[in-house]
Amino acid sequence: MDRIRRYSKPLDSLQSMLLIRAYEERLAALQAAAGLPGTCISVGQEASAVGVVAALNGDDLILTNHRSAGHLLARGADPGRMMAEVMGKRTGYCGGKSGSLHISVKALGVVLTSTIVGGELSLATGVALSQRMLGRSGIVVCFFGDGAACEGIFHESINLASVWKLPILYVCENNQWQAFVHRRETMRTDRIASWAAGYGVEAVTVDGNDVQAVQTATAEATAHVRGTSRPFLLECSTYRLRGHFEPDDQSYVDPAELAAWRTKDPVEHMKARMLQSGELDAQVLAGIETEIERQIDTAVAFAKDSPYPEFDQMTTDVYA
Amino acid sequence: MAEALAQEMRRDARVLMFGEGVATKRPELLAEFGADRVRNTPLAEAIIAGTAAGAAATGLRPVVDLLFAPFMTYAMDALVNSAGKLRFVSGGQFSFPLVTIAMSGGGWAVGAQHNHNVEAWFAHSPGLKVAMPSTAADFKGLLAAAIRDDNPVLFFADIGVLMQEGEVPPGEHVVPLGRAAIRRSGTDVTLVAYAKSVQACSQAADTLEAQGISAEVIDLRTIKPLDEMAILASARKTGRVVIVHEASRMCGVGAEIAALVAERAFDALRAPLVRLTGPDAPAAASYPLEQAFAPQPAAIEAAVCTLLRKRPALAGQVLATLDA
Repeated sequence: MDRIRRYSKPLDSLQSMLLIRAYEERLAALQAAAGLPGTCISVGQEASAVGVVAALNGDDLILTNHRSAGHLLARGADPGRMMAEVMGKRTGYCGGKSGSLHISVKALGVVLTSTIVGGELSLATGVALSQRMLGRSGIVVCFFGDGAACEGIFHESINLASVWKLPILYVCENNQWQAFVHRRETMRTDRIASWAAGYGVEAVTVDGNDVQAVQTATAEATAHVRGTSRPFLLECSTYRLRGHFEPDDQSYVDPAELAAWRTKDPVEHMKARMLQSGELDAQVLAGIETEIERQIDTAVAFAKDSPYPEFDQMTTDVYA
Repeated sequence: MAEALAQEMRRDARVLMFGEGVATKRPELLAEFGADRVRNTPLAEAIIAGTAAGAAATGLRPVVDLLFAPFMTYAMDALVNSAGKLRFVSGGQFSFPLVTIAMSGGGWAVGAQHNHNVEAWFAHSPGLKVAMPSTAADFKGLLAAAIRDDNPVLFFADIGVLMQEGEVPPGEHVVPLGRAAIRRSGTDVTLVAYAKSVQACSQAADTLEAQGISAEVIDLRTIKPLDEMAILASARKTGRVVIVHEASRMCGVGAEIAALVAERAFDALRAPLVRLTGPDAPAAASYPLEQAFAPQPAAIEAAVCTLLRKRPALAGQVLATLDA
């Protein structure tokens, strides 16, 4: 049974980030060894995923995209069922029909994941309309990237949300990369947040590599959405430390820029902060990391041992 | 359509309608159901359709007006990739009970970017249903059924039919999706059509009757699901099939019907299958050209007469074998 992950202290956030990092690095390693289909990895963006998700309520709904492992794991998804889905196995969250790209887990409130860049933005308004018209208290959180912000649908979505006063927290994970193209080639401004004002929507940009800063900003943003029933845009400035789609040699990436962002690695940043402050000791941390590796081993074994779907699943769930 | 919308909105509080000008053009719905359930939107088809898909998956039953069918190109992602696929992709976690309404077809001389019969595109996309009525009664009944269906239904309103008057049954009226209507019973030839082409076939059948030729007219009403049994039963009865639609020929609905009959009723055929369709060209705005785009009764009559005189060798051999 899936349970929404709870966050009550900084160590919870660090553990969640470590789990995401370990899961994705293992996936990438398996892919490099040609054991798995490629995926879009979010290494470097863990603080954005965990910081936002940690600040949400249990009845809030999340829409995400192709780079979703962080959001799903942060919300409490089981790495074994995620890995099984990536491998196209029957025990995956979508019965192996999604693969890595559009995993939804309705039980956790992660709904309608679309891998069409901007697809999540087109659906979020309708989900928020349902929440409001059916008298549900949860708000809608929509994760998208700077690439999706350059799609026309971003502008249609945020404009309609503003006009209809829909309870949506738009979370732009500005990771500086739009597939294989750097953001500076496609935008005249550095900040997506600056675009929101044109639609009458408030926005802030936060250091997306600082999980505590993201969590604080999200708490303020969700309070705004809940209090006003109006949308809000939170931009997490971060960096995609690996390629667009594994395996990816990142030959197109400026090494100096990559090196600079590596020094701001969100997981290392949080570890160092907690060790320095004495909130965490090195031995406890080592124990946590060992336990997470064991959890990932179990997840891989579960996924590998799981059966593929029966062939009749090719044509089920097409119509209701 | 107005009666169906009101009927279904009264019946189910989850039904709502939005789109460009919906609240403006349907004051009677706005007055009865309020501004929450009858909404104007920005002129932005992609977000109208996306909002419908998101709302449908989470508990509402939206009906959206996308105005003219060619505008649906802006809504393709939401309809095809989201509404059509996310049920399957998610392993059945979501359903998408939504209806889109869009006009197309000749009748208003609006030109190719407002008049383009794109129904086959959506029939080719899994997870969607497609309805295209030919009578006023079916506009009401099929729209009601579309709203009650738990799947995305694309409801195409033929402008030529919209321009005409017709009887609408009073009270609750629902015509199930996937069931064709035999508009006229006959024995010599089957005319399969939908939307305005049903009327062209019925007119041709009148003329043919005067010449002693008995034509059966099948109105598909829904293109997907396709009432295969109705088509095959009629093809087996008459042995001759003429398929008529306004949409262009290449990969059109007629190709699917021809293939269906060839695959499953070949032994009963007494003549080659015939398709009469619009040309592979954008529709002109000029009224005479627009009207001529759709197959006319005279062309249908001529095709039937040709069929009845000609007996192709292959079909003849098959029949001879069967007779033996």
